[in-house]
Amino acid sequence: MNKQQGLSAHEYEQICQALQREPNELELGLFSLNWSEHCSYKSSKRFLKLLPTVGERVLQGPGENAGVLELENGWCVAFKVESHNHPSAVEPFNGAATGVGGIIRDILSMGARPIALLDSLRFGDLTPWPPSQRRVKSLGVEGRETPDPQTLGLSVRGGVGGEVRGVRGVFEGVVAGIAHYGNCVGVPTVGGDVYFEDAYAENCLVNVLCVGLLKKHELKRAVAQGIGNKILLVGARTGRDGIHGATFASEDLLGEREEKRPNVQVGDPFTAKSLIEATLEACREPELVGLQDLGAGGLSTAPPEMATRGDAGLAIDIEEIPVRAEGMMPYEIVLSESQERMVLCVKAGSEQKFLKIYHKWGLEAAVIGEVISERVYRIRHEGRTIAEVPISTLVGGVPEPELTPSPPSQRRVKSLGVEGRETPDPQTLDLSVREGPGERSWRDRLKRLLQSSTIGSKRWVYQQYDHTVQTNTVIGPGSGDAALLRVKGERFGIAVTMGGNGRYCQIDPCEGGIRAVCESAHNLLSVGAEPIGITDCLNFANPTAPEVYWTFEQAIRGMAEAAKAFGLPFVSGNVSFYNQSETRKIYPTPMVGMVGFVRDIEHNRVPMGFQHEGDLIYLIGNPQGKSGGSEFLKVFYNVVGGELEKTDLELERRLTQAMLTLTERRLLMSAHDVSEGGLLVAIAEKGFPRGWGARLVLDDISEEALFGEWPSRFIVTVAPENARAFREVLDGAGVPYQLLGTVGGRSLEFSGQAIAVEELQEAYESALSALGAIL
Amino acid sequence: MMMHAAVVVFPGSNCDLDAYHVLKDLLHIETDLLWYRETDIDRYELVVLPGGFSYGDYLRAGAIARFAPVVQELPNYLERQRGIVLGICNGFQILTEAGLLPGALTRNINRQFICKTVTLRIENNATPLTQLFQLGEIIDLPIAHGEGRYIAPPQIIERLKKNRQVLLTYYGENPNGSGEKIAGIMDETGTVFGLMPHPERNAERLLGSGIGLKFFESLVQETVHA
Repeated sequence: MNKQQGLSAHEYEQICQALQREPNELELGLFSLNWSEHCSYKSSKRFLKLLPTVGERVLQGPGENAGVLELENGWCVAFKVESHNHPSAVEPFNGAATGVGGIIRDILSMGARPIALLDSLRFGDLTPWPPSQRRVKSLGVEGRETPDPQTLGLSVRGGVGGEVRGVRGVFEGVVAGIAHYGNCVGVPTVGGDVYFEDAYAENCLVNVLCVGLLKKHELKRAVAQGIGNKILLVGARTGRDGIHGATFASEDLLGEREEKRPNVQVGDPFTAKSLIEATLEACREPELVGLQDLGAGGLSTAPPEMATRGDAGLAIDIEEIPVRAEGMMPYEIVLSESQERMVLCVKAGSEQKFLKIYHKWGLEAAVIGEVISERVYRIRHEGRTIAEVPISTLVGGVPEPELTPSPPSQRRVKSLGVEGRETPDPQTLDLSVREGPGERSWRDRLKRLLQSSTIGSKRWVYQQYDHTVQTNTVIGPGSGDAALLRVKGERFGIAVTMGGNGRYCQIDPCEGGIRAVCESAHNLLSVGAEPIGITDCLNFANPTAPEVYWTFEQAIRGMAEAAKAFGLPFVSGNVSFYNQSETRKIYPTPMVGMVGFVRDIEHNRVPMGFQHEGDLIYLIGNPQGKSGGSEFLKVFYNVVGGELEKTDLELERRLTQAMLTLTERRLLMSAHDVSEGGLLVAIAEKGFPRGWGARLVLDDISEEALFGEWPSRFIVTVAPENARAFREVLDGAGVPYQLLGTVGGRSLEFSGQAIAVEELQEAYESALSALGAIL
Repeated sequence: MMMHAAVVVFPGSNCDLDAYHVLKDLLHIETDLLWYRETDIDRYELVVLPGGFSYGDYLRAGAIARFAPVVQELPNYLERQRGIVLGICNGFQILTEAGLLPGALTRNINRQFICKTVTLRIENNATPLTQLFQLGEIIDLPIAHGEGRYIAPPQIIERLKKNRQVLLTYYGENPNGSGEKIAGIMDETGTVFGLMPHPERNAERLLGSGIGLKFFESLVQETVHA
């Protein structure tokens, strides 16, 4: 029983001690969920404390369902990221769909209207289909293309199929699940990123960030208080799905994936949409005391968490809960993770008003309990108490496991290699680009990089997501480093981004953590926004392994250091451990979501692409560095490794200041952060939106200089008449810069060679189809 | 006559507030959000069925919404010549399901949801919805749908073309595989309109060319001169 409940012997002892008796099955279930890693953060909290959480704009920091920052004119932004990795690995379509649903309800719990979603996805490497496999099982129709039945994505609606079908199947299922849920629920999916690396082949990552908008006075908390106040369960009926979802997310993902499929919930975005509207109506009623969504753990976790915040106790009556199936046991009802449900605490006597709102929207709503004075969570069935546990033990009483971080003995791995391929030593590689045509000319290399799955266009993905609903998307996916949203009736705007490069963290977790924060900040600065706050999703393998726990600690230390340099608070977050199988661990992957503020969206936003012929192209920031972890090392040499250039946070601070001043003074015609693929990829990408080419003068044309990835760089363009003012700003801020050339023509030219922007764009757009990821 | 407009809200509508924003905030038209159970619609000169996933689009897009009380009332409203009905995206799907517009909107040819900006051509500018455009004008509007492939029997298509009921066609790429590239049509009386693209999503310069506003301005002009 304890094994299935995921509790250790030591934890069981603690429970008996707190209760002064053996727990019954239901009580044990309560502890199992509340004390799971997923719900309790027992292994992570000692390091999470290192993250800065205060700032001028912080209205709500960590501890609620989402963080909230103040903007302007009483407006606030609520945001949080959450993982749904395990469910998505087991059942990609519904796992990803319910990941979207869960985070939307977290934002709703703050009293905010969800206005945007972003997804950071990680999958195994995509490799081209071997020709022999292409034609099987398809009869085709003469004269037409013959699609491969494996890639048809037949699970697309409803997810009936959904068997684990390898990397491609997981990728398609996850994208279809996100599209299914997000599109229907009417919240635009405006950004995110997708990487393909072997390390994620058996453990995909699905991290979803939701942004909500509210007025300061509308802020709600997930609290139950006021003795005698009523507890309402609203939304969908409670069924047998998803029992022990949180427990299963707190273990390694081993062979028995098929058996875990019933642990994955099924999402219903239509009900979710009605739940959003009904709940926003309910939030306008003054008798609403608090609300929380039912996510991991269902009724076993949400009510006691609300009671904890209200310093109260809570009792519920099982027979009042609307159920989907006859004969459900109390254990099943309490532990069910059926989606699209929320718990409200309302003033006694106002219940009818709330029931009416939900019934109008065709939803279930029932009074299922009340706030009580004893600090216990009491579950009653037909008047009889069937479980009763002290709230303080249940929530937060879990003993911290004794884990010791310890660096792996062989730290100075120069090369991690790519599975099944030759692994050269990066130290001995000849990285100079040869002049002239042929396989090693910069033109061919650039094309190959643009066509890599990491760098190439993700249009096939985001085109399936509704990114324009709600009519606030000023910069959407594929057209900028960050998404930019307007707020109707206001001058200001909100920028948002999310990402994280696991490869950097695998090589150096501390530097990787620093870069994750810097990269997100750069994305915001590129569109003209000032970074104002962070949410994070920490994806790691099994923390009981000392070296994994060490990478976790290091990554957090890096993130904390960088956030402090920028003066940015972490206001919400999520930890996902146990992302490993029998044979493979994921790269340590801290994902950083960041929100930025644009004072005047009409005038201060900055486009990514080249705008006008004759504009000057400048590199600002660090002109040189080491290029360990670069995409070009993997694509050209099968090397995942090398040494990372350390980020100079003092330079980052000055760079940020300079970018903000340039934006404020409207001196930038365009801006783009230099990230994966390095300098030349960034320049090429700037040509795509309007088809402009560039004439460049580059001193160093080695592969490292052209394609190496090191931090603290932007490529910007400036109108010639503003060049002087531009240089003065950078000189004043003490930030290095370098003139690289001018915008013009329809091709990219330097050192006597040229390549048409159109040809580069073709390579970029064909990245996923070249890998056979899509039809 | 000042226009009074209604934007219908079905459970699952998700472009209702977007259409409301254009009518109310941009064009300053008196506009109500109308719950799907309401049937008292004679006071409106314009009834908009907005985009979204009414009833989750379970069964088939628009197949359940056609039974909503407000949709059941539309034939009477039209019979009494009270005003214009405009269905956008899911609203268009509902109107074909309800038989107020001919043909059907089926799953996109690539079997995927498609969200992108497409290029369109104005095929008839002598209608209340398109009168401010030039005939043959090329415009850009976002689409966002999984079931937008317009189909109809050949004789219906012939008739649509003959009566100039085709308002809008996809220009260049046909994103969803629609028959005759049809993106928007009207009924024979010229009072019921269906568009798959979303004019309300490109009604301001901040969001694109802003060209979508012209459809709504055309409707306002129509009722002012009516």
